[in-house]
Amino acid sequence: MRSYHLDHLQYLETEAIHVMREVAAEFERPCLLFSGGKDSICLLRLAEKAFRPSDIPMPLLNVDTGHHFPELNEFRDRRARELGAKLIVRKVEDAIAQGVATPAPGEVSRNKLQIPTLLAAIEEFRFDACIGGARRDEEKARAKERFFSFRDAFGQWDPKNQRPEIWNLYNARVNPGEHMRVFPLSNWTELDVWQYIRREGLEVPSIYFSHPRLCVRRQGQWLPVNEFLPPRPGEEVRELVVRVRTIGDIISTGMIESRADSLDDIIAEIAAARVTERGSRADDKVSEAAMEDRKKAGYF
Amino acid sequence: MQTHTVMAQGSAAPGGAVAERPRALAHAVEILRFNTCGSVDDGKSTLIGRLLYDSKSLMEDQLESLERSAEITGGGQINLANLTDGLRAEREQGITIDVAYRYFATPRRKFIVADTPGHVQYTRNMVTGASTANLSVVLVDARQGVSEQSRRHTFIASLLRIPHLIIAVNKMDLVDWSEERFLEIRADFEAFLPRLDIKDVKFIPISALNGDNVVEPSRHTPWYCGPTLLGHLETVHIASDYNLQGFRLPVQWVNRPQAPRDPRYHDFRGYSGQIAGGIVRVGDAVLVLPAGLKSRVKEIWTYDGSLPEAFCPQSITLLLEHDLDVSRGDMVVGFEHLPGMDQEVRAQVCWMHGRPLQAGRKYLLKHTTATVQAAVMEVEHRMNILTFEPEPARELGLNDIGQVRLKTSRPLVYDGYATNRMTGAFILIEPGTNATVAAGMLLPPPRAITPEYHDFVI
Repeated sequence: MRSYHLDHLQYLETEAIHVMREVAAEFERPCLLFSGGKDSICLLRLAEKAFRPSDIPMPLLNVDTGHHFPELNEFRDRRARELGAKLIVRKVEDAIAQGVATPAPGEVSRNKLQIPTLLAAIEEFRFDACIGGARRDEEKARAKERFFSFRDAFGQWDPKNQRPEIWNLYNARVNPGEHMRVFPLSNWTELDVWQYIRREGLEVPSIYFSHPRLCVRRQGQWLPVNEFLPPRPGEEVRELVVRVRTIGDIISTGMIESRADSLDDIIAEIAAARVTERGSRADDKVSEAAMEDRKKAGYF
Repeated sequence: MQTHTVMAQGSAAPGGAVAERPRALAHAVEILRFNTCGSVDDGKSTLIGRLLYDSKSLMEDQLESLERSAEITGGGQINLANLTDGLRAEREQGITIDVAYRYFATPRRKFIVADTPGHVQYTRNMVTGASTANLSVVLVDARQGVSEQSRRHTFIASLLRIPHLIIAVNKMDLVDWSEERFLEIRADFEAFLPRLDIKDVKFIPISALNGDNVVEPSRHTPWYCGPTLLGHLETVHIASDYNLQGFRLPVQWVNRPQAPRDPRYHDFRGYSGQIAGGIVRVGDAVLVLPAGLKSRVKEIWTYDGSLPEAFCPQSITLLLEHDLDVSRGDMVVGFEHLPGMDQEVRAQVCWMHGRPLQAGRKYLLKHTTATVQAAVMEVEHRMNILTFEPEPARELGLNDIGQVRLKTSRPLVYDGYATNRMTGAFILIEPGTNATVAAGMLLPPPRAITPEYHDFVI
């Protein structure tokens, strides 16, 4: 007898496609945040599954910190071209120049400055929904997030007053000036993402695979040596065979020593990993509630 | 498309050793969604922490962070609840305010856990977490016994038609592992369970704090012969939780390529959506409602190629033999097990807002992919959670559950919630503020539509 079951990837996929189509149907001006990272790569495939043979009915948006890995930017631009999608890039350095974003004295990281840059882009294009690749398993503030996460006219998230989200009936209504962040991958884990990439045969940027790179030891992590935050005197610099599990900008992305140079190796490595993906992100180590505080202010 | 579930082979040991995880999880497995509920301080967050900890799903940096906060605030005692209470306000007050979702896997299954709040004040968040669950775990403090919240949460699980229920009698260590106490609590539940609609109920004595009967069987309960909590979660039969009777496709998005790059798609007109019930095959006769247009399935299109058949809850795109006027909010259905279609409906609702529901008020009603206006005609009754008896009421306040009669601006194509959780559910949205104010469960339609009256349009 035939059995009608979905395995876990099929289940997650059908749920995510449903969410994508709700966005296309319910919003006037949605966009899809695409950084070139593994999660947004899955989002693009899900968009193809949701909307083909039509074009993906929304532009791609990327907030570029100016501290991106060059291989990531190249990948981002090429994928957008191949998909025939419109790609909008808004740069933090432009936002600083225009006075939209102001760094704290002596601040080199552009992590926080992504917030005003993103909000300015949302205002500029009057986006009423931004689809993003955030997952609940990443971080405990993210674990609290709805699929459709309401943002007020200041772009703020109010975690104590979220809309109840019942069944698959998403309340997508916003008033002018407000917008929704939508996370089709909410229920996916890091392992699901990689298994899906393997099942779908998706291309990912080379920095996810092990490669030799010059790294500097800083706050217990190996960070890539880069021009924006060069090694200080006394810091240990070594060439290591490394890869990334999660990609922030180049000054906050911890590299892990790894020999994994195929999708099978990566999946095996993650399944046996004893630290979380975000364990290698310097931006989350500021305080116990670093992510929550940034999200309240409009961070993705 | 190959749709058979491949169950993971390998060690059946719950949790599995670290070294087994990659091999076990390389297979595709089923997902079980469950939620934990119960009164404040019954130990929900601790239980989830314990499940994650004992199934080796916690990572070293998470443990380090727990140990750090234990040194600072907990007098050295690790607080497993801190794993899920992720908001500042939750850690300040030591309570769960909003649903937290957690993910873990054993060689047998993947789990999505909704840790839902116990406070009456946050019942709406409990409903949020429970609405998508295959199974609910209701925690009871062995010392306190069945509380009003235990009854409320069991009732909500029944109302939402969650197919499986576990009553986890927690803190058994604090009642000296007394079998009498366990049986007493079980008897208290069994006094009212027959009045609810839950078919599958399991009672398990546990200590979430110490891990007894959570992942490993406890040596303190020799009188208990049943499975551990995780053992039951891994094996409970969930394959038939989706409704495969009566094809339903709420049209979500009409796929009409404007300038297709591939000329084959020049005349493509597809109806995209997630199948909300039943099975559809190429060649099947279907009815498009509410218009009542009849056609046949020409193709079941997906990005990965066409399918000979598709089933609930797959997301697909349907091509029909005739060019019809079909748009979002319409429903394509099969000719067997036809739904009802009415502008006046009756439903049970969980009210989730401070402004009460009263007769005469108007809301937006979102049902499948259709959003229509709805006016409250009458509040028929409110449920008394202590007696499970309906009592007369003029309005429903925050966290009340009751029965109402609604009139909609356009006919709803629907099933009773008991028949189909997807086509029998709706939410109410307050116009203006856009607040989600209610979760609704439709009562069965008084009669199914009769297709012979709809044959005239082809």
